[in-house]
Amino acid sequence: MDFETIINLLVNAIVSGILLGGFYAAVSIGISISFGMLDIANIAHPAMIMLGSFCAFAMNDQLGLDPLISMCLLAPLFGLMGVVIYRAYYGLFESREKDPRRGLAFFFGLLFVTDVALILIFGVDLRGVDSAYVEKMIDIGFVGIPVRLLIPFFIGVLLVLVLHLFLTRSYFGLSVAAVAQEQIGLRLMGVDPIRVKRIAFGISAATAALAGAALIIIQPVEPAMGREYIGRVFAVCVLGGMGSMSGTLLAAILLGVAESVTATFIGPSWAPAVAFGLLLLTLGVRPAGLLGRR
Amino acid sequence: MNRQNIQFLLGLVAAALLVFLGVRALGGGYYQLVAFYILQYVVLATAWNILGGYGGYVNFGSAGFFAIGAYSTVFFNKFLGIQALRMIDLGLFSISAPFIPYLVVPAAVVAGAFFAGLVGLGMGYLTLRLRGVFFAIATLALAVVAQTVVLNWSFVGGARGAYVIKPTAVAGFGSATEFVLVAMIVIAMISIWVARTIERNKLGVGLLAIRDDEDSAECAGVPTLRLKLQATTISGALMGAAGAVFPFFVTYVDPIGAFNLVHTVNSIAMPLIGGMTHWSGPVIGAVLLGGVQQYFGSKNIITPELSLLFVGALMMIFVALAPNGILGLWQRLTARWRK
Repeated sequence: MDFETIINLLVNAIVSGILLGGFYAAVSIGISISFGMLDIANIAHPAMIMLGSFCAFAMNDQLGLDPLISMCLLAPLFGLMGVVIYRAYYGLFESREKDPRRGLAFFFGLLFVTDVALILIFGVDLRGVDSAYVEKMIDIGFVGIPVRLLIPFFIGVLLVLVLHLFLTRSYFGLSVAAVAQEQIGLRLMGVDPIRVKRIAFGISAATAALAGAALIIIQPVEPAMGREYIGRVFAVCVLGGMGSMSGTLLAAILLGVAESVTATFIGPSWAPAVAFGLLLLTLGVRPAGLLGRR
Repeated sequence: MNRQNIQFLLGLVAAALLVFLGVRALGGGYYQLVAFYILQYVVLATAWNILGGYGGYVNFGSAGFFAIGAYSTVFFNKFLGIQALRMIDLGLFSISAPFIPYLVVPAAVVAGAFFAGLVGLGMGYLTLRLRGVFFAIATLALAVVAQTVVLNWSFVGGARGAYVIKPTAVAGFGSATEFVLVAMIVIAMISIWVARTIERNKLGVGLLAIRDDEDSAECAGVPTLRLKLQATTISGALMGAAGAVFPFFVTYVDPIGAFNLVHTVNSIAMPLIGGMTHWSGPVIGAVLLGGVQQYFGSKNIITPELSLLFVGALMMIFVALAPNGILGLWQRLTARWRK
C-alpha cells in the first residue's frame, strides 16, 4: 500500500466511522437514560433493538412499509411496552428489596426470551429490507458516503439533540435527572418519582424501536446480532459519562471511528472486540467517562 | 478433618460411584451423554453460585470461561500434537497409549482451570472496585471478545472449529467416553466440595457480608476486594475445568457451541431455581433443568429452542416469585409443618 492509498482508506474509514457513530448514539441513548440516569441496568435493551429491527422487517415484508415510516409507528408501541416492563420491574423487584442480582437476572431473562422468540419466529437467516435509498452512494471527491449510513446518522444526532433539550430544558426532563439521586427531594417538589421513572423508561424503550429500524436500513439482521451490541451500548454509556446526552454522542462517534478504522486496517471480524477494549479501558482508567464528573 | 467433613466426603464418593455404576447399568451410550450434560451444568452452576450466590456478584460470562477451558484443550492438543501420540518416553520408563489419557486429561483440566482462573482474576481486578453492575456487564462483553479472538485465531480452528480426537482405548475403562465421563464426575464432586468448603469458611462468610452490605463489610474489616478476587478466580477456574473436558467428550469444538449463550443462561437459571444460599441449590437446579432439557431433547417433544424458551421463562418466574428457589420454597413448607 502506498501512502496515498493509506490516506484515502483512512479518510474513508473515519467518515464512515463518524456516520456509524451517529447510529451508535441512537442505539446507546436508551441505555444512557435507563442505566445512566434511572439506575436500571437494562441489559435487554439490545434485544429490544433487535425486536424493533424485526418488527420493521415484518412491516416491510407484509405491508411494504419503509423502515422510516415503521419506526414512527413502532416508537409509541415500544414506549408503551417500556412502561409495562418498568411496572413489572418496579412491582416485582425495585419496590421490594435492594438485591440488584434479581433485577439483573430479570432483564437477562427478558434478553434471552426475546432472543429465542425471535429465532423461533424468524429463524436464524439474515433478513433485510429493500428501499430505493439503501444502495445509493454520495461521492464527494474520493470520499464515498453511503446513504444507508447517512440516514441512521441523522436519526441518532437528532435523537440526541431532542433528548438533550428535553432533559435540560423541561421540568419533567430535570426531574428525570434528579430521580436516581434525590427521590425524597422530588417528592417534596410534588413529583412522583415512580411516574417519572416509568415514563423515562418508556422513552428509553421507544428509542429501541428507532434504533432497530435504523439498524435494518444499515444491514440485514439476524436475532443473535443483539449480543454484539451489548458491549457497544454499555461501552458508550460508560465512556460518555453515564447519562450525559452529549457525552453519549461523543463516545458513540469515538467508538464508531475506532471500529471503522480497525475494520479497515486489521479486519472487520475484529470490530466487535473494540467496544469491549474501550469499555475495560474506561472502567480501569477513568470510570467517570469522558464528560462525567467524579 | 472433622467427622462431618469425612461423612460429606464419603457421601460424595458414594454419589460419584452411583452415577458411574448407574450409567453403566443403563448400558452407557445415550445415558453417558445425559450424565455428562447434567454434570457439566452441576459444575457451571456451582461455580457461578460461588460468586453470584454467596457474593452477590452476577457473572454473565459463564460461556466465556467455559470456552476458555475448552479452547485451552484444543490449543494444547494442536500445539503438543497429543492427538498423534502413541507413547510417551520418559527415559526411565515409558507410558503406552492406553495410559496416556491418564496424563493428558488431568493436565488439560489443570491448564483450562489455570487460564480461566487467570482471566477471572484479571476481570475482577478491572471491574470489582466498581459497582457490581459493571462487573456483570464486563463479563457479558468478555464472552463476545473471547469469541472474537477465537474466531480470528486460525490455529485453534477459527470459525470452522477444531477436532480433538478421542483416545481409542483407556486402560481399565470400557471406552474412552466412559473415562471422560469419570473425569467430569470427579470435577463435579470437587466443585461441590469446594463450594461447601467456601460456605463454611472465612471466604464464604466474608462473601455473605459483601452481598448484604459491601460498605459495612469493608468498614468491619472484611478484605472485600481480596475475597472477591479469590471468588472470581475460583469460580472461573472451575468453569474452565468443565470446559477443558468438553472437547474430549464431543471431539469437535466450534465457537458457536463453546460460547453458546445457553451455557450462560443455564448456569444462572440453575442456582436461581435451585436456591442460591446453599451448595445443594445449584446441584438441584442443574439436575432438574438439565434433566428436563435432555428429556425434551431426546423425545423430540419440543424443539431445542422451545426448551430454551422454557428455561428462560422459568428463570424469570422464579426470580420474580420465589427468590430463594426450590430450597427457599422447601424451607417455607417445612417451617409451616413444624407449626
